[in-house]
Amino acid sequence: MQCDVCQQKEATVFLTQIVGGKMQKVNLCEACSKDKGVNDPTGFALADLLSGMGAAQEIEKNPASQRCPVCGFTQADFKKTGRLGCSTCYEVFAEGLEGMIRNMHKGPEHVGKAPVAYLRSRQIDQKIKTLQSSLQEAVAAEQYEKAADLRDQIRRIEAGLEA
Amino acid sequence: MKLTEIIENSGEWLKGDGPHRNIVVSSRVRLARNLRSKPFPGWAKKAERIEVLKIVKSAVEQLPEMEDAYTENLEALSPLEKQVLVERHLISREHAAKGVGSGVVMNVNQSLSFMINEEDHLRMQAICCGLQLDKVFSMINQADSELEPMLDFAFHPQLGYLTACPSNVGTGMRASAMLHLPGLVMSDQMNKIINSVNKIGLAVRGLHGEGTEAMGNLFQVSNQTTLGEAEEEIISRLNDVIEKIIEHECNARQLLLQKKPVTLLDQIGRAYGVLSYAHSISSKEALNLLSVIKLGTDLNLFPDENRILVDELFIETQPAHLQKGAHVQKMSADERDTLRASLIRAKLLVVPKPDVAKIATQPLGTTENDE
Repeated sequence: MQCDVCQQKEATVFLTQIVGGKMQKVNLCEACSKDKGVNDPTGFALADLLSGMGAAQEIEKNPASQRCPVCGFTQADFKKTGRLGCSTCYEVFAEGLEGMIRNMHKGPEHVGKAPVAYLRSRQIDQKIKTLQSSLQEAVAAEQYEKAADLRDQIRRIEAGLEA
Repeated sequence: MKLTEIIENSGEWLKGDGPHRNIVVSSRVRLARNLRSKPFPGWAKKAERIEVLKIVKSAVEQLPEMEDAYTENLEALSPLEKQVLVERHLISREHAAKGVGSGVVMNVNQSLSFMINEEDHLRMQAICCGLQLDKVFSMINQADSELEPMLDFAFHPQLGYLTACPSNVGTGMRASAMLHLPGLVMSDQMNKIINSVNKIGLAVRGLHGEGTEAMGNLFQVSNQTTLGEAEEEIISRLNDVIEKIIEHECNARQLLLQKKPVTLLDQIGRAYGVLSYAHSISSKEALNLLSVIKLGTDLNLFPDENRILVDELFIETQPAHLQKGAHVQKMSADERDTLRASLIRAKLLVVPKPDVAKIATQPLGTTENDE
């Protein structure tokens, strides 16, 4: 079995650790295990090792030729650095990042703070959606006066967004 | 304001007061933010970094809490000055390695510090004394909310705040506390603690964060993950764990006092002896012995009024702090060891020798200040 870190030498140290209820396994060669401080449990956390490593393989789900249109980043660059090029890379390489992010974190979705502007625009989106469905109902029920009123409300909100 | 003012005065987190301050040296919360569609610092070209630095720095300088702040581009700082800021925990080691296109802004009492173009466009932290994670979070959260209308932060509906490294997405938050745990180290329980803390998705690290050695019995406990949990949940989980560790540390000290009083007193006496009479001492040895003196202070063997003096020595004996005091840019390790020993000898003159009669028999680590 090959070492997971250098991918060259034969693995002789096998580690299993449970992080947040998930079992994770790493196989290391003699040199890499020393390098990562495996012999010294005080300095070693498997999660640290994994978050910097398994990552590289996951990103290969994206085609090698794919480039971020904003910053020119490719999956090969990610494998080298373990960092992304810009915020748009998260859209471009979404497929490869998904599994990696799921493994690294407690949950797949953000539940904390969000910018006020984002929350506001989401609220407006939802309001427009509600108005649109009421509009369709009104049309179906042939309540044309109500429908015209709803249509005007939607137009006003959209005009406000553009302004 | 000038860097000399920062350098001459130790930060509020060192001198201040706070719950459990004997064991919890400091509490810190860091938030990572990036500008939408601008290349992250590690991938950006020099001109792009300079542009981002300009935008972010001017926004940070407008914050009401950053009035009269110290603000500088990193290329204007000498390696020694950068190292002083690292030893104060005001910038990271990674940031100290940066030059053109990176910057730093910090307030007078050093409780807020903003690193521009570290790994992310902006990394901002609040730090204060004792166990006060809620307080530091609300300080930095407020700064973040004030910056929001001025800076277009990259935010994703599912992934939250986007960061250069996928391991920081979501809240972009790392909350941590620096703990002084000599009791757990002396009673060989630290590995057990580290293992169980790791199991619940929290990390234990050395003095200067990731990949650093634990010296002076100081350990940094922080959250490992940033996505799938709200900021408040992360902080409250971390807080609970830290309170448990404090409890274990107090018990370990109590047990040492009951089962191995001679070993304990011997270590404290030797630490006092070596520090009082050494003429050459390395930074690591100094930290480890100062840790024992700090423990001795918690046990009432040394007067409480000397506590800050001892705490300050933890920072003042670090290599860059020693050198800036001597007003020399370059100094050999031997010269530093000599200077360190003489500084410690001079400071310890006011600290009387350990008074065994006063030894604390009450549950340790708890004073009137603690809850």
